[in-house]
Amino acid sequence: MFYRENGQFKTTYQSDQQIFAIPQDRWAILAIIAFAFIGIPLLVDEYLFRAILIPFLILSLAAVGVNILVGYCGQITLGAGASMAVGAYAAYNFLIRIDGMPALAAILLGGVVAAAAGIVFGAPSLRVRGLYLAVATLAAQFFWDWAFLRVKWFTNNASSGSVSVADINLLGWTISSPTDKYLFCLGILVVFSLAAKNLVRGAIGRQWMAIRDMDVAATVIGIRPMYAKLSAFAVSSFYLGVAGALWGFVHLGSWEPAAFSIDRSFQLLFMVIIGGMGAIAGSFFGAAFIVVLPIFLNQMLALVGGWFGVEVSIALVSHIEIMVFGALIVFFLIVEPHGIARLWSTGREKLRLWPFPH
Amino acid sequence: MAFFIETLLGGLMSGMLYSLVALGFVLIYKASGVFNFAQGAMVLFAALSMARFSEWIPEWLGMDNLFMANLLAIVVSALVMLAVAWLIEYLVLRHLVNQEGATLLMATLGIGYFLDGVGQTIFGSDIYKIDVGMPKEPVMMLESVFEGGILINKEDFVAAFIAAMLVLALTIFFQKTATGRALRAVADDHQAAQSIGIPLGRIWVIVWCVAGLTALVAGIIWGSKLGAQFSLSTVALRALPVVILGGLTSVPGAILGGLIIGVGEKLSEVYLGPYVGGGIEIWFAYMLALVFLLFRPQGLFGEKIIDRV
Repeated sequence: MFYRENGQFKTTYQSDQQIFAIPQDRWAILAIIAFAFIGIPLLVDEYLFRAILIPFLILSLAAVGVNILVGYCGQITLGAGASMAVGAYAAYNFLIRIDGMPALAAILLGGVVAAAAGIVFGAPSLRVRGLYLAVATLAAQFFWDWAFLRVKWFTNNASSGSVSVADINLLGWTISSPTDKYLFCLGILVVFSLAAKNLVRGAIGRQWMAIRDMDVAATVIGIRPMYAKLSAFAVSSFYLGVAGALWGFVHLGSWEPAAFSIDRSFQLLFMVIIGGMGAIAGSFFGAAFIVVLPIFLNQMLALVGGWFGVEVSIALVSHIEIMVFGALIVFFLIVEPHGIARLWSTGREKLRLWPFPH
Repeated sequence: MAFFIETLLGGLMSGMLYSLVALGFVLIYKASGVFNFAQGAMVLFAALSMARFSEWIPEWLGMDNLFMANLLAIVVSALVMLAVAWLIEYLVLRHLVNQEGATLLMATLGIGYFLDGVGQTIFGSDIYKIDVGMPKEPVMMLESVFEGGILINKEDFVAAFIAAMLVLALTIFFQKTATGRALRAVADDHQAAQSIGIPLGRIWVIVWCVAGLTALVAGIIWGSKLGAQFSLSTVALRALPVVILGGLTSVPGAILGGLIIGVGEKLSEVYLGPYVGGGIEIWFAYMLALVFLLFRPQGLFGEKIIDRV
């Protein structure tokens, strides 16, 4: 009743080509963004910012990056964590080696460097595909893990690759409180997701999808696989690099290579697959799920242990946590292999017809 | 020269151990098209169960015979692995038939997390010893040929021998038995196999069981080398380049790939490592596999990939 397109006529090309063509969508998105910018800072306390909201925003950005590559271009990557690491350490180097480098510029340049690295390590995708490619991208993961641990130049001779940065200053706005950090990440996320949404519906996005659906057929109709695949790697790595730099600069403050280990890559891939491949919105659902789940499980286990009067040790909690985490992921994949985004779109279809389903 | 040969032999033997883990990947991928990321977790699970049962069984039965304890522990662990394999197939993969590769990959990753958690919840998370009487002391060989001789770890030697026997047994199983023939038929073409009356479900259970038992052998050998501990589950990551180098669908490929990777790793670490700061083993294996893939995208012995629109 509320979500219906009847009677909405597009009279100009411009209105036909909007990102969100249906006014209800447009208003809903605007309302969500407005709420995120104005409402949440008024309602939420510091712990929630630090433990959930900031990680959620940054990992959503990373998940959008992975989704571009895996969901839209069909190239499975297990090296996402490495791209984040490259972004973080490159941004760090720009910041400390060039005097007066603005932090935001350093973060974006970190993304550019990550994109370059992504192109190099994405090159095997021209020869191999599918699972072979997935394993090949692990090469990037292990190589960069090693490089940031052993090559002292990258970390400015810090021992064990741990580096730290001071609070970011953006045009006189010092980003130090959790609320500031949240708003900063949110701003970047909104800009980048709108850009991604635009990219994937443009010419290049269609090329990616053609390559994903069948690369030989795409080549036959005149899509250059090299250009399409490598551009997907570059864009995805750029997003991941920016997310990595944010993760280091804003969320952690000081970090070491282990922050971007292979577990991070798996985590990002989980987000995309549980959230929904080939849907930008899916990245957000997936990131929310993966960020909130461990915290929720942790609290639940302590609570359940309390009911039975059993003192659950921390080690046991962490084991049960990964156990339940694994089981839930499998359960989710069995119940809805296409991810939460599919549930969302089915729900929307239902809503369009409601209350007259025929 | 002696040092070079020593390194080479060391590489060959650790390569044999990689092949052992790689075999588990290949077996399952060949028969069901699932790339089983949980193989490492299965190895860990098997090693933990072996270590703990060989500790618990003498306690329960009040006996004091190491050999009997180990034998019983192996039998019990084998049963446990069979149960695990059956449960994975029955509860998870049966419901995911015909899904995309990435989804299946993630499902096995989830299984891996689950097994890691369960294993450590039940069996504990310390480092446990597995003592199946593998000889520990190194021996010198060929002292007449080289000055100083070649130092060889007897343990590695025994492990490599067991790995070779396992491969032989698997080859015979695949080539000579009716079940093996059915397995190969399924690997070749699911639909055709089904149409001539081969029960797919049962075949998949069998494959997972075989992979579970391979994991047990790998777990015992790796466990007695490194101790049964969490880091065993990362052994699978070391074995991945082996699998893609050899080809995902080829048992001989897993063996040869293992040997190449093992030797490459050791030689690179010894001769190249000092120049770049050491610790290059892990990514060097991947780079080696990557270079191979650029020339043969399907791996050494993998089935040729034919593209059709």
